Amino acid sequence: MSKKEINADTAALELNEEELKSFSNAPSFWSIIKREFKADKLATACLILLIIIFATVFIGSAILDQDQVMRINLRNKYKPPGEQFLLGTDIGGRSIAGQLLIGGRNSISIGFAVTIITSLLGAVIGLIVGFYGGKVDNIIMRICDFIQILPATLLIITFVVVIPNYTMWHFIFIMSVFYWVGMTRLVRSKALTESRRDYINASKIMGTSDIKIMYGGILPNISSIIIVDLILSFAGNIGIETGLSFLGFGLPPATPSLGTLVAYARTPGAMSGKLWLWLPASLLILVMMLCINYVGQAVRRASDAKQRLG
Amino acid sequence: MWKTVLRRALIMIPQLIILSVIVFVLGKMMPGDPFTGLITGDTDAKAIAELREKAGLNDPWHIQYKNWIKRIITDGDFGKSYTYKMQVSTLIGQRAANTLWLSLLTLVITYLIAVPLGIYAGRYQNSPLDKIVIVYNFVSYAIPSFVLALLLLLIFGYNLGWVPTTGSVEIGIEKGTLAYFFSRLHYMILPAITAAVLRTTGTIQYLRNEVIDAKTQDYVKTAKSKGVPTNKVYSHHIFRNSLLPIAAFFGFTITGLLSGSVFIETIFSYPGMGELFISSINSRDYSVMNALVLLFGVLTLTGSLLSDIIMTIVDPRIRIE
Repeated sequence: MSKKEINADTAALELNEEELKSFSNAPSFWSIIKREFKADKLATACLILLIIIFATVFIGSAILDQDQVMRINLRNKYKPPGEQFLLGTDIGGRSIAGQLLIGGRNSISIGFAVTIITSLLGAVIGLIVGFYGGKVDNIIMRICDFIQILPATLLIITFVVVIPNYTMWHFIFIMSVFYWVGMTRLVRSKALTESRRDYINASKIMGTSDIKIMYGGILPNISSIIIVDLILSFAGNIGIETGLSFLGFGLPPATPSLGTLVAYARTPGAMSGKLWLWLPASLLILVMMLCINYVGQAVRRASDAKQRLG
Repeated sequence: MWKTVLRRALIMIPQLIILSVIVFVLGKMMPGDPFTGLITGDTDAKAIAELREKAGLNDPWHIQYKNWIKRIITDGDFGKSYTYKMQVSTLIGQRAANTLWLSLLTLVITYLIAVPLGIYAGRYQNSPLDKIVIVYNFVSYAIPSFVLALLLLLIFGYNLGWVPTTGSVEIGIEKGTLAYFFSRLHYMILPAITAAVLRTTGTIQYLRNEVIDAKTQDYVKTAKSKGVPTNKVYSHHIFRNSLLPIAAFFGFTITGLLSGSVFIETIFSYPGMGELFISSINSRDYSVMNALVLLFGVLTLTGSLLSDIIMTIVDPRIRIE
């Protein structure tokens, strides 16, 4: 091909430059996720089911009066599911269905709060130590190593018992102390590889401030990985909260959680004889865990071009 | 290699010290002291104060810490349990064997499930079996341990009645006999399977990926072109290479088993260390609690040390020369 011909070709291309640009624009992460959900019907079903569960739990618990649900009425003790009580009552004559809504709201909110706190901490610390590296990075990583190998469950339980005037906020704080490590490690390793890339070097040469490089350059490039981890750790945190509440060391006793409802299984005779006490809460936890994890996997596939279905 | 191992072992010393300080501070934050249990209506307050002075409870905290560590290291003395009225070390010793046996059985079942599933799923990628394994892996990863344990206990313990629902051995069977052994096994099998199912996810996932990767590697092609039967290629060549990372995870598996034992033992009322921990908290038996937190911490630290050491043995690349 002669030089002239090439020039003629590019000239022809320039004619519909606008159209070409629209082709070469990378699709946004959201549109990729949308495509992934379109391809994976089960993930869409899970997402819809989750939205229904969350809406029911939050609207239901907002309508219900918590004091009225938690009022003890011994005349209704251990009523099996029927017309008056949809899911029966517990030892104090309190409606299981009402507790399920309020407990569900508490468990979801706490899982959400812990996820947000740990992810924020993890993203900020991870970005900074991954970008600068050096001594601070070394120290923070040793701290992470250490926290990760501590027996977290036992220590959280001990803290819960030891703290005087224990409230829900203490619980969120204690959980966050132990679970910020995962996100920090993830963000740090990604930021480390990202900060060696050419575009970051170019940005540095141009004199962009470090903060702008971190939050304008690196963060958007690793955001899809952060979102995936956010969803998966949300499921994990609900699991941990309900698990600890199940053992009796999660939320303070007066605050119902899905875990405290499941813990009714441990009262004598309830395991096989009074299924309505604990089975609904167990199944709700199970369905939520499966759905959130499945949605998380779909988003993870969307974030990795090699695994996409859509 | 020894240099790496030594360096790794040295890192553990500050970790152990920090852990012991945390446990000590937690112990100090707990209400009461070893003499609170002695106080009754007609106890002389002066006598109690004297006892406290004698035991060194009024000393500055670093001296108390030093004495506490010294007692633990030299005599294994963690103090006395309030509820069981015996030495904490004796009490934990009785329970440790139960947890140890349960963990051992769990480990065996974990690998019995995970290794064949991982290798077959990788070998027959995208086959129906592979898809079943993927679903199994997803569910066992997502399900919270206590929900799975309760559901299995309801189905196999209460509805079908195949296994006992509480305890560790039938009452009245003589120790050391064959019947005793089988009774133990009968009581342990459901908790062990539950814990094992929860622990297989990582191993299966890893093995499956390793086998899929190995299929296209040169050494596999060489083996195949030499005329090695396909089954032997998988059992000898690929399996051995894929096993290395699994071996390296071994230490962490032990760690996970220990922390998981709190849930499993509580639900199945299995008298091990995890169950002891929960019951000691419920009866506010602080000296037992404290000793268990320290013990579990030391064991998990050792587990991660073990993992790193295995890693340096199987993978020469991370050694320091």
